[in-house]
Amino acid sequence: MSATTPRARKPRARPKKQPAHVPALLASMLRIRRFEERCVELYSAARIRGFMHLYIGEEAVAVGVVEALTDEDAVVSTYREHGHALARGVPADAIMAEMFGKATGCSRGRGGSMHLFDASRRFYGGNAIVGGGLPLAAGLALADRIAGRNRVTCCFFGDGAFAEGEFHETANLAALWGLPLLLVCENNLYAMGTALERAQAQTDLAMRAASYGMVSWAVDGMDVLAVEDAARRAAEGVRAGSGPHFLEMRTYRFRAHSMYDPDRYRDKAEIERWKENDPVERLAGRLRQSGELTDEALAELEQRVADEIDAAVHSAEQAPEEPVEDLLRYVTSPVEEAS
Amino acid sequence: MPATGDPAERKTTYREAMREALRDALRADERVFLMGEDVGRYGGCFGVSLGLLEEFGPERVRDAPLSESAFVGAGIGAALAGMRPIVEIMTVNFSLLALDQILNNAATLLHMSGGQLPVPIVIRMTTGAGRQLAAQHSHSLEGWYAHIPGLRVLAPATIADARYMLAPALADPDPVLIFEHGGLYNTSGDLPADAGPVDIDHAAIRRPGTDVSLITYGGSLPKVLAAADDLARGGISAEVVDLRTLRPLDDATLAGSVARTHRAVVVDEGWRTGSLAAEISARLTENNFYDLDAPVERVCSAEVPMPYARRLEEAALPQVAGIVAAARRAVGPEPFTVGAGAPYQDGKAAG
Repeated sequence: MSATTPRARKPRARPKKQPAHVPALLASMLRIRRFEERCVELYSAARIRGFMHLYIGEEAVAVGVVEALTDEDAVVSTYREHGHALARGVPADAIMAEMFGKATGCSRGRGGSMHLFDASRRFYGGNAIVGGGLPLAAGLALADRIAGRNRVTCCFFGDGAFAEGEFHETANLAALWGLPLLLVCENNLYAMGTALERAQAQTDLAMRAASYGMVSWAVDGMDVLAVEDAARRAAEGVRAGSGPHFLEMRTYRFRAHSMYDPDRYRDKAEIERWKENDPVERLAGRLRQSGELTDEALAELEQRVADEIDAAVHSAEQAPEEPVEDLLRYVTSPVEEAS
Repeated sequence: MPATGDPAERKTTYREAMREALRDALRADERVFLMGEDVGRYGGCFGVSLGLLEEFGPERVRDAPLSESAFVGAGIGAALAGMRPIVEIMTVNFSLLALDQILNNAATLLHMSGGQLPVPIVIRMTTGAGRQLAAQHSHSLEGWYAHIPGLRVLAPATIADARYMLAPALADPDPVLIFEHGGLYNTSGDLPADAGPVDIDHAAIRRPGTDVSLITYGGSLPKVLAAADDLARGGISAEVVDLRTLRPLDDATLAGSVARTHRAVVVDEGWRTGSLAAEISARLTENNFYDLDAPVERVCSAEVPMPYARRLEEAALPQVAGIVAAARRAVGPEPFTVGAGAPYQDGKAAG
């Protein structure tokens, strides 16, 4: 191998101006970041209990992908879904109230952090079984196909799910039937504590997905603009009838798997390296460079986000508990009274 | 010209009755579709859906790849999106591969979402032993499914139920599992002219009686009816209760029957330990203890993986002779022939 001399790059005369919606992407990512940071505090204060999985570091994926969807499209998520839910428009106070186990929660206190639902936004929720949402997503897409509706069902799942049979069964079924499905694999390199190379014989997930006959791309999941671009093109392909598309989002979670995880299985230096690629910082940097983000604007944004989260926490604290008499409610649908 | 009015009774089979039910459902509601392995071109593993592909096309009679979890889950997702899927799993044995979807999604989503996501799906599957199919193809796991809140579990045991249980199952806004015993498909009989939609909230008294209640469901019903005939010849009047719906259980009908007979035998093809029969026995003991004149008897499958050899399999399964023996134990020796002295009851009679 001969050493190549890197060509000296000409500095750009003027950084390119970002499209008009890009500041909103920053706001959306920052909102998720700050929301979850507050969740950590509330968890430590024992206001939130159960399993809680943080999305910090992966915000670009949810924000970029959801940006490419319409209100008519569906989203199926995982147990690490605060970011997906917030990006999809599930109100922060309904999510916070859910984590407080309150009656005003988006699942009326039955779900908690791992099971956020909002039927009105076609947000089909967090699934705590790795890969369990995939067949469901195929069914949502199948219903659209049968009914002749031009909608996309977007299913988020992790690299861990790629090892599950449910992924491979669903990928085959979706490709076989040409279902309008957008498969978004959030490859954060760890299935809980098991590194990708310790779980997958072939770690190039996009390549493996392509073997099902799906359009499949690997994407820099730390770059919200790259994510959005890939998701838009993939969603267009799905809408155009070319069947399921697969996106491997190469990303990283900065925090431990869950609040119970002492994070002993990865190198601190690795985490720090990935943090240099922080999706929020990265986009903020770009916007600063192009002169579209000032310190004042950022401070104002931070304040706006903090106010929203404060309000969400406040309303969750004030919200009523679900009465114990309603314990058995929603196990089956209410019986229609014969008149 | 086909007759417009049904004749008084029509000869048919359990299989044909089920097929007619599917045909009706597909005709009645365009949201209904049938999906499963070999339901289309093959005509169904047990021939139930034969001819439906030709009538309704491949979108509505949909052959699925061998991916139980994916196609059951896809049925659940389609139900969430407004369809009324009927998913066929070839047999209960394969349903284990879809257990995650059935338990963690179908049975759970309504509650977990705080009432936002009902799942109106019907999942049909064959169950049961008796055809020398050995250990992996002979399960009776409907009792397991009856353990799960959020599911309704049905077991059509008669031709009329095979014909008329599907429509109410589809009308249910929540997931319904239908267990069809493999030994019943070939049974033939008359479909009563007055048969109509089945009341899936209640058990059925298949034969009234006064001395002992024989409580059963599904593929064991013919054996239990034969046992009742046998008992009648010996002077014991057995009431036969067909559960029909394994979840939720119809406690009222069971209580009514035991209040009349004071004795109960539960016949269940599941393994005895932790069985549906155990649940029924416990409920009768809890709810109807003072109506009972004898311990509740259970006739279940032996606690063994189902063997292939005919004699062994027969020995492992509930049989007529065993049901008769259990009923006789429950009824006990005739009071007036016990011993030589005065009847036992007289000893306690007030003066």
